[in-house]
Amino acid sequence: MEILLVILIGLLYAAGIYMILRRSLVKLIIGLILLGNGANMLIFLLGKIVKGKPPIIPESGKALEGLYADPIPQALILTAIVISFGLQAFAIILVKRAYKVVKTDDLDEMNATDEDL
Amino acid sequence: MSSPFVVLPIIFQLFLAVLLMFCWTRKNLQKLVSVVGSVIALVISTVLFVAVWEHGIYTTQAGNWVAPFGITFVADVFSALMVLLTTTAGLAVSVFSVGSVRNSRIEFGYFPIYHFLLMGLNGAFLAGDIFNLYVWFEIIIISSFVLITIGGEKAQLEGAVKYVTMNLLASVIFLTAIAILYGLTGSLNMADLSLKVAEIENRGLVNVTAILFLVGFGIKSAVFPLYFWLPASYHTPPPAISAIFGGLLTKVGVYALLRVFTLIFIPDSFLITLISAIAAITILSGGIGALIQNNIRKVFSYLIICHIGYMIAGLGIYTQTAIEGSIFYLIHDIIVKTTLFMVAGLIFKIKGTYSLRLLGGFYKEYPKLSLLMAISMFSLVGIPPLSGFWPKLFLIEGSLAVGNYWLVGFILLGSFLTLFVIAKVWEGVFWKESTHIPVKMQVKYFHELKPLKRQAMVVSIVFLSLISLAIGFGAEYVIQVAARVGSSLMDPQEYIQAVLGRSI
Repeated sequence: MEILLVILIGLLYAAGIYMILRRSLVKLIIGLILLGNGANMLIFLLGKIVKGKPPIIPESGKALEGLYADPIPQALILTAIVISFGLQAFAIILVKRAYKVVKTDDLDEMNATDEDL
Repeated sequence: MSSPFVVLPIIFQLFLAVLLMFCWTRKNLQKLVSVVGSVIALVISTVLFVAVWEHGIYTTQAGNWVAPFGITFVADVFSALMVLLTTTAGLAVSVFSVGSVRNSRIEFGYFPIYHFLLMGLNGAFLAGDIFNLYVWFEIIIISSFVLITIGGEKAQLEGAVKYVTMNLLASVIFLTAIAILYGLTGSLNMADLSLKVAEIENRGLVNVTAILFLVGFGIKSAVFPLYFWLPASYHTPPPAISAIFGGLLTKVGVYALLRVFTLIFIPDSFLITLISAIAAITILSGGIGALIQNNIRKVFSYLIICHIGYMIAGLGIYTQTAIEGSIFYLIHDIIVKTTLFMVAGLIFKIKGTYSLRLLGGFYKEYPKLSLLMAISMFSLVGIPPLSGFWPKLFLIEGSLAVGNYWLVGFILLGSFLTLFVIAKVWEGVFWKESTHIPVKMQVKYFHELKPLKRQAMVVSIVFLSLISLAIGFGAEYVIQVAARVGSSLMDPQEYIQAVLGRSI
């Protein structure tokens, strides 16, 4: 399981960075989404995976016993997913507006900010 | 000491932002609420700073979950100082916004988003939990995304694409670093991390994590070679937004770097050499970049990069004197850079252009305003006794003490480049014969504005210029503040004890 996740995370990061480096605006967004998912999977992996042991205190006991899954990485991932969801929604709208105003989706042609006055 | 009032600067900005949303259609009421609210926020943060100065560190544990399990908010002298500076610059920009931001932008919620940005800034400074710091960073960037695009001009959108991409990338790198750090230590509380990271035997992995933090925060604070988004975007939004961005946003990155690299990762000789090299090249590339620009806001954008180098230099020297220099520079730079961008905005409102080639004759036409603008410009250069002089003295002294002579050279060179650039701006805008500037239809000129709006713009610049003068002439007191922050950063025992409630 861990080794599969390691490969997956590596692929997500690599694909994300590759897509960011492309010139198209849409590919840029896809790259950012892939990178965000890669980071979330990394938190999941590094939170140490424990199978089938939810952190629930049994009715008979007062505290958690033995090995159990760490709930914090899940809380972190949930927060990170919500945040990246909001940011990506903004980025997609921004790209749409930028495409309408600048009339190109080629990042190399977006150089009005470098123009001399 | 534990007190729930630590989060008041955050809650108050949230309250203001929500209140402003309820005044959505009433633009004049929004302006009033924003200015009055900013004054109250300044009072709150002053009270917080005085309390922390006198009684030591204040903490609060969210939901009463004892550290390191809950989310902690910490107000030590450094955090309280940053909150104070944020609200000071925040008040000035709020007043400046009343005069300079167009109604069409206010209609799309300029003021609520502005206060959400200030909330994020205060939160980032008060957070005592590394993941919480990440969340505040996200609040800052989403608010700044809206502010940079509000109005939707072509240059704004193009600048925003670059700004958004680099900031999202920085966030992902920051999150990756947090993931690895959590995997290594199983903790997120910064005071707890300080203890746990020191015990890890696998130093290689710790150094990799440290480098990830350096890159993530480096993008935010615009250090070489990660700064290219800044001159591509900071000159595109309206002047009030540039002012708050130029004054505060890059400084959050610097704050995070100073915090993380004094508390969690104590730099070894490799990191110290790396950071001082980055600082030197940042100073050089920012200064040289500013030389060739024609747009005054772009000149100032490159000067931001140049002076970020000074603040990083203190970390690269890593002695108490040098860190004090960095803190002093941070205080000076937040005030002066905010003023400079407001000055650029005022020049634009009067003349209708940012171009150095077209501008001219400002001194002849507006001698009093020119003298006012001179204060902030020459403070930036650091002509004694103005505020930029003292921190450089500390940095050079610290650098000489550790025998880092080439960094001294770069600090002096950066100072000289800044002088040259400011002299060029002064010559181009104020002394040169005025040329004919074509009148733009879409620009609302200064003389067309109502007297109240004109006064708002001038008053906010006067306010910050006076503070900048006070920092220069009252350097004795500012040095005391910087010294206390410096000593608390170099010896974080007090911080750790205040958060964890036990000695080590």
